[in-house]
Amino acid sequence: MFDWKWEFAWEILPRLFVATGNTLLAAGAGYAIALVLGLFLAIAQRSPSRALTFVVRELVEFIRSTPLLLQIFFIFYVGPQFGIRLSPWMSGMIAIGLHYACYLSEVYRGGIDSVPKGQWEAAIALNMTTVQKYRRVIIPQAIPSALSGMGNYLVGIFKDTPMLSVIGVAELIHTANAIGSEHYRFLEPYTMVGILFLAISLPAAGLIRLVEGRVRRKMGLK
Amino acid sequence: MLDMSGFPLELSGENKPMVSFRKVRKSYGALTVLDDLDLDINAGEMVSIIGPSGSGKTTVLRMLMTLEQINSGVIYVDGKPLTHMPKGGQLVPANERHLHSRRSDIGMCFQHFNLFPHMTALENCMEGPVQVLGLSKAEARDRSEELLELVGMIAKKDQHPSRLSGGQQQRVAIARALAMRPKVMLFDEVTSALDPEVIGEVTNVIRGLVSEHNLTMLMVTHQMGFARDISDRVCFFYGGKIEEQGPPSELFGNPQRERTQQFLSAVREAV
Amino acid sequence: MNIFDFVAQYWPRLLAGTGMTVAQFFLATLLGVTVALIMGLMKLSPNKLVRATAVTYIEIFRGTSLLIQLYWIFFVLPLFGVSIDKFTAGYVAVGMNIGAYGAELVRGGILSVPKGQWEAALAINMSPAQRMRRVILPQALVNMLPPWGNLMIELLKGTALVSLISVADLMFETKQINGSTFLSAQAFGAALVIYYILARFMVTPFMRWLEAYMARKMGRA
Repeated sequence: MFDWKWEFAWEILPRLFVATGNTLLAAGAGYAIALVLGLFLAIAQRSPSRALTFVVRELVEFIRSTPLLLQIFFIFYVGPQFGIRLSPWMSGMIAIGLHYACYLSEVYRGGIDSVPKGQWEAAIALNMTTVQKYRRVIIPQAIPSALSGMGNYLVGIFKDTPMLSVIGVAELIHTANAIGSEHYRFLEPYTMVGILFLAISLPAAGLIRLVEGRVRRKMGLK
Repeated sequence: MLDMSGFPLELSGENKPMVSFRKVRKSYGALTVLDDLDLDINAGEMVSIIGPSGSGKTTVLRMLMTLEQINSGVIYVDGKPLTHMPKGGQLVPANERHLHSRRSDIGMCFQHFNLFPHMTALENCMEGPVQVLGLSKAEARDRSEELLELVGMIAKKDQHPSRLSGGQQQRVAIARALAMRPKVMLFDEVTSALDPEVIGEVTNVIRGLVSEHNLTMLMVTHQMGFARDISDRVCFFYGGKIEEQGPPSELFGNPQRERTQQFLSAVREAV
Repeated sequence: MNIFDFVAQYWPRLLAGTGMTVAQFFLATLLGVTVALIMGLMKLSPNKLVRATAVTYIEIFRGTSLLIQLYWIFFVLPLFGVSIDKFTAGYVAVGMNIGAYGAELVRGGILSVPKGQWEAALAINMSPAQRMRRVILPQALVNMLPPWGNLMIELLKGTALVSLISVADLMFETKQINGSTFLSAQAFGAALVIYYILARFMVTPFMRWLEAYMARKMGRA
């Protein structure tokens, strides 16, 4: 290939591997936050309180309609203005976690809506409390139909981690930028980062589909 | 605020009914489904509700299970108000906490079974006893297996509902409801969604309950023969009211009201 | 300084940035829809090679990040002698990225048209191109418009990344203002609101209108 230097590529590979670890860590931590927070956002939208439902609904809509990049800057820079200093990692995790929590809340909502009304009624007939209803009956059934959406957003979060480079999180793109400006060579780092992303996201997508089928079977849902 | 002065805080006396509807009204917008219903059911009594569709039969059960709120009137179960609670010497609409404490007297089986698909037959039966009643797993398992034995489903206890026929699912659903040891059992068209050849296995289970247990039961059904066989009393609903009620031999053998006669002859022709 | 004073003072730059964002959005949409149609149709081709090309394109653009694609187009392509300015690199990257996602929508939309429609078109002896253009695509379009609405919002959000190669869009201007004034809450807050207005009160209503319009045209409303 044109001007491709294998030696250089070989030399920077260890640094890129370390950065891959950081990227995966960021994606994993962000996803964990989003999974939990998203569930609260979904259930809050089913609360009997009209005001709560409205506020959460609008908040979710707002966050989903505005760029993640801007939200990352907002959280990173606005804190210090009010005396709250957040590390790049911390701001990044909050931004990504919150952003994807909104997407996941929609996935959960779809899943919860797909549970037949009779299941809610059976749970009442067994005299379950609201928490028991969700934990024992509704969520276990909502998850299988939410799984593919949940999986897509796991890959989505992974692919959005490069935005964290703008506030100095040492993930793949940040490292590629650094290598590029140290050596004045961009071909190898950027191409390798692209290949690393492909090498992770393509198998991940397949794996997610596999897990989805497993879970559905395990839950007795065909 | 509605005037609640006509409703006692509690029903007392030797012969107090197990279930008592007092002037219960339910409407959806302009449509009145139940019109000032008064209905008492005694302890140990088996009452069937029959009538044309849209006559409010199922609504009676759904209100008793607290799946729907009533618009006015009061429902008492075992002498205590269900839909209301005493507060400052008056009855006020029940909150979730009160409903939770009173609902334990009632169990229900549904037309479409509503078994939890992600649990096996045994897990379905154990769910309520463990989670709601706080029984140990061992106790709940013993109790559930005993009931699955009773409904003839013990051999299938580790199957998920998707692997069971409709009749088998309904029998598990009956065991699940019984595992909560309710005082009142509600059967909402439990055979309507079943293929004709499996209806018998479900009705036989209910027959067994009637003859061997002292449960209070309320059943909505389209199966006139079954209602006639096992009921102590049959209520014919029409237009949100009880048009006629009595022992099955009288209601089926010698109906007094014209609408009852029309309904029964229409049903007979259809068979 | 409250946000109103802030906007009163900095509105010319915010407006200029918004103008650039809208320009990037339109050009990327144009490119994205074109790419989506071509790749979506190619993925349905009976020719294995054509299909493989489309699959490769789609997987590469969906399997990596927009930011990587943007950097690659802007920093690496010149090494191959393809030098493009930052403005073009911006909307080309966003458009090609969205095009890959759109291709799946196009494919899904076409597959959702009932088989009877293909057969009916064949029965009146239409050529394959005629069948696609006159019968299948119009119906597919109506079916796929709702998910396109979401994709257009993603596209609008995606344009914010062009600021990272110094295209002077809304994101870029906001960052500049923040850098010189340190009024972070006001600057980023104002930008969030502007993006929200663009998404919620312009893009989404337009897509809803388009859905209704197409449905009417197809006699489905």
